[in-house]
Amino acid sequence: MTYKVYFDDVKVGDEIPTFVKQTDFMHWNRYAAINDEFVYIHMDDEAGKNSGNAQGAFGMGNLRWAYLQNMLRDWMGDEAEVREMSVQYRAINQKHDVLTCTGKITEKKVEGSDNLVRLDLNVIDQNGKGTTPGYAVVALPARK
Amino acid sequence: MSSNAAAPATLISQALRDSLNVWGEPQVSHPVDCSDLRRWAISVYWPDKPPKLFWDDAYAKTTRWGGIIAPREFNPFAWPIDRPADRMPKPAKRAVGERSMNGGQKETYGVPIHPGDVITARTALVHMEEKVGKLGLTLYKSTETRWTNQKGEFVRSRISISIVY
Repeated sequence: MTYKVYFDDVKVGDEIPTFVKQTDFMHWNRYAAINDEFVYIHMDDEAGKNSGNAQGAFGMGNLRWAYLQNMLRDWMGDEAEVREMSVQYRAINQKHDVLTCTGKITEKKVEGSDNLVRLDLNVIDQNGKGTTPGYAVVALPARK
Repeated sequence: MSSNAAAPATLISQALRDSLNVWGEPQVSHPVDCSDLRRWAISVYWPDKPPKLFWDDAYAKTTRWGGIIAPREFNPFAWPIDRPADRMPKPAKRAVGERSMNGGQKETYGVPIHPGDVITARTALVHMEEKVGKLGLTLYKSTETRWTNQKGEFVRSRISISIVY
């Protein structure tokens, strides 16, 4: 088993390690293959332009969602779990964007036997623009 | 209808109004397979190696989960047998009310998905609201999907926000 972080050891204001990906068709096509998400706007520049994105095809919101989950998993380890997560897609993931997932602890609380931590989340592009603001609530193990 | 047509007074049709809070028929997934989970994890971590919890059963047995589980975001409903021909049409230039984008989502999680699980989903339109914004007349539709497993345990709720403009 892998314990990476304990409830006792984190505090409000802590920033967790980022998760960074540069994405393009290689990543989008792989994701399309597992999620059966073969949507033209993610595969075809003409379709992307017709949908209003001048730069053509663009990445899936669901893939950014997965990257945020990856960041949380990599930080928490396998004995913790995500209980809730919410985001808004405020900007498009263009080809070759470098996406940096971020998380900052905003609250700690104990509910029954659950040690819950709330974090503000975002996915920041290479220009420093926040594309995907949101939050997560995770349950962490406590030191005995 | 061309893109130069006058904007409609509302994007909420009677059919849409009638569907509010009406839960659809349940959809049942195929049994979840270990390879589904391994491929999913490889894809979302690509090109990095995914966590062992999603593909190494010997390791996963040492965790509190007792074996391999699915990544929280895993979709057991991908690759359905029945596929409407117009499921994902190639977009042409579209008129007001025919364009849409993914506005966001909220998920709440219960028990994890294990290999062999069969997931049942039910979906309903749970909220809609029109506003005039920078896209013009815009409709925000919230659709909730609730998943349970073969034991009737709560697995996940997802509320997706679709922006129609």
